[in-house]
Amino acid sequence: MTVDQPHYKTSDEVDFAIIGSGAAGGILAKELSTNGFRVVVLEQGPYLTEADFTHNEIEILALDKLTNHPKLQPNTFRKTPDEKAKPQRALVYGRCVGGTSVHFTANFWRFHEIDFIERSKVGPVAGSGLMDWPIKYADLEPYYTKVEWEIGVSGLAGASPFDPPRSKPYPMPPLPVKSSGVIFERAARKLGWHPFPAPMAINSQARAGRSACVNCGFCLGFGCEVGAKSSSLATAIRMAERTGRCEIRPNSYVHRIETDVNGRATGAIYFDEKRNTHLQKAKAVVVCANGAETPRLLLLSASKRFPNGLANSSGLVGKYLMLNSYTDVLALFEHPLNDYKGYTDSRVLHDFYELDPQKTGFYGGGGLDARFDFTPITFAMGGYPVSGSPSGLPPDTPRWGRGFKNALSHNFTRTMKIACHGTSLPMETNSFSLDPELKDAWGLPALRMTYKNHPDDLKLEAWQRDRALEILEAAGAQKKWHGEIEDDSFAFHLLGTCRMGNDPKTSVINADHRAHDVRNLFLCDGSSLVTSGRGQPTMTIEALAFRAADRITALAKRGEISA
Amino acid sequence: MRIRQMSLTENRLHPTVGKSRKLRRNTMNELNRRNFLLRTGTGLSAAWITANWPALLSAAKHAHNAAKAATPPKFEFFTPEEAAEVEAITARIVPTDDTPGAREAGVVYFIDRSLATFAVDDQKTYREGLPDLQSRAKEMLPDTSKFSGLTTEQQDAVLHSFDENTPTTRRAFRARPGAQNFFETLRQHTIAGFLIDPDYGGNHDGVGWKVIGREREHMFQPPFGYYDKDYPGWQPLAKEADKK
Repeated sequence: MTVDQPHYKTSDEVDFAIIGSGAAGGILAKELSTNGFRVVVLEQGPYLTEADFTHNEIEILALDKLTNHPKLQPNTFRKTPDEKAKPQRALVYGRCVGGTSVHFTANFWRFHEIDFIERSKVGPVAGSGLMDWPIKYADLEPYYTKVEWEIGVSGLAGASPFDPPRSKPYPMPPLPVKSSGVIFERAARKLGWHPFPAPMAINSQARAGRSACVNCGFCLGFGCEVGAKSSSLATAIRMAERTGRCEIRPNSYVHRIETDVNGRATGAIYFDEKRNTHLQKAKAVVVCANGAETPRLLLLSASKRFPNGLANSSGLVGKYLMLNSYTDVLALFEHPLNDYKGYTDSRVLHDFYELDPQKTGFYGGGGLDARFDFTPITFAMGGYPVSGSPSGLPPDTPRWGRGFKNALSHNFTRTMKIACHGTSLPMETNSFSLDPELKDAWGLPALRMTYKNHPDDLKLEAWQRDRALEILEAAGAQKKWHGEIEDDSFAFHLLGTCRMGNDPKTSVINADHRAHDVRNLFLCDGSSLVTSGRGQPTMTIEALAFRAADRITALAKRGEISA
Repeated sequence: MRIRQMSLTENRLHPTVGKSRKLRRNTMNELNRRNFLLRTGTGLSAAWITANWPALLSAAKHAHNAAKAATPPKFEFFTPEEAAEVEAITARIVPTDDTPGAREAGVVYFIDRSLATFAVDDQKTYREGLPDLQSRAKEMLPDTSKFSGLTTEQQDAVLHSFDENTPTTRRAFRARPGAQNFFETLRQHTIAGFLIDPDYGGNHDGVGWKVIGREREHMFQPPFGYYDKDYPGWQPLAKEADKK
């Protein structure tokens, strides 16, 4: 994998140092190296490949083999800024080459036109900092198409009447439908709604040197052993390596962006595997470290010139965190679905993408999918994707003994879930910041998450949950159950913390992903999002990365970065 | 008394389960053995894993062979007496009835090897929990000296004494303080040892997966289940498809 890579010296000033190798970092590495630039990608996690991926649930549940480790990288949590935050695992993200795209579900919905113009369309929403994007859907459309064709997305164009315009069909047909998808599709149609085949970043056919999905059933949470999941690892990173101009440097934990007296970034300081410190010199720095670690890195890079953190003259670095509202309903059916086979979800519903606040009494919108995201151990006792998350068994199931075993043996093949994904409104009080006390294993200030849902997010969850219950009722489920609607205290989607905008007072980066305050610093990942979309952000993060690469290349070629 | 008589030797033979599927298991084991990285306590660094690689490899091999062997191997962490007690508990968590349970899945070997190698953080939970269990049993049934010597009904009664104060939100696999923790830890370890992919040192012969109806293949083809078997393929909605 790494044989053709150049090995740049840290003293050798490369064109771009990219921090993070996930959904955005991988694509920026591919695009910028393809465009002729010399690129170093600094990834804090290890370089794992298909041969390292297994079906071992303990590696995922207890070892965090692919994700941030709560002992090495502890964090704190609080609901509101006036509380003292307590140590409590509050977030998970991919920590290996390919980042979170290695273990993601691979739901690849495009954002719709509304997602970029919510503020001007609906006006202010009390208690939120809802703002329009500086770009529109039409600006991103070519890049969504690029993601679908260059990274690889399976789906069926035109299947959803709610889809935004597209310039090209999907390059691959949808993946095979699952029993949960058929149940969902038939019932939703009975109710007059418009379910459609899920667009997934998973190969439904062998394509571009990668295998088709073999339906092994260890998908969400796991790395793909056959490379069918279109992770950055399996796609963009390898394309970047083939240019011969891109070095992927794993086990490199960047903890400071260095700046000179003129306020220009000069490179990235990182710990190597042995905790030796290096400065990789670069003409420009691109941070793609995710919506938690990107703002943390900027805050860690405070200096005399940038006392509140790098690129933080607005004071908004780390703020407006959005997680996407989420809730789900489980159901038991008479016959085996065997939904443990295959990828996670095969049918999606977008009828509720734009709800009318006059009718619902809240602002928000979302999408539903039919899924089974358990593996045998998590089905029996919960645990992933959140430690402490519920199992796949009804709440009245005995916790052990014959009744437990009977439920396990009967239900495992007969259970499905409807997942309800939706908007979360941006609130300035929701944030990632540096904890004043807790340190990580390297002695650096730990992440502190502050989060309390906007009341409308919770109303949306309850509203969508009721629709899911209606679908399961229409489907003839034998039993249905769900948890309580409550404030989120755990983050998967890390969005909005360095938002994009035209005004340096109300945003951190401009529409070129350039930091308003630092000419040769670019940020691109979930932190760039101005609004949350409807629950599936990665497709948009990747489209933004393709677009950012074009903008950055144009700036560099005009000599506007190094000047 | 039945449990005591059966434990540890007889069930290693369990000739009735798992003979039908040899699969490509030998190949898979060769491929996956190095990936055996079980851990049931808190935090580990990548460096730790690398440093302990040989131990992990041998753990995988050991657990696998232990479950296969007709003669039980030596326990690494438990004394034979402790192992009998632990196995008796696991057999109440996932009992043997007309289908195999924790005993047939070799769960006690999975737990023993885990505690002896890389789940050392949980050793204390077991060291303190087992005597606590004995004293609970003695308190409830003064004539007995061993949990494993009780009838299954008596054993269940003792274990139900742990049910109170069971936390509602559980952090899977992460050790928590307190005596209450023992039964919950053992419950989680038992489930893990019963349902883990058999290539990773538990779930002997895939019996746990047979019980829950999970086929032990590495790839599947549609149709997957009852409801998608007659699916005619995607049909666009007639006429009203442009409704918005």
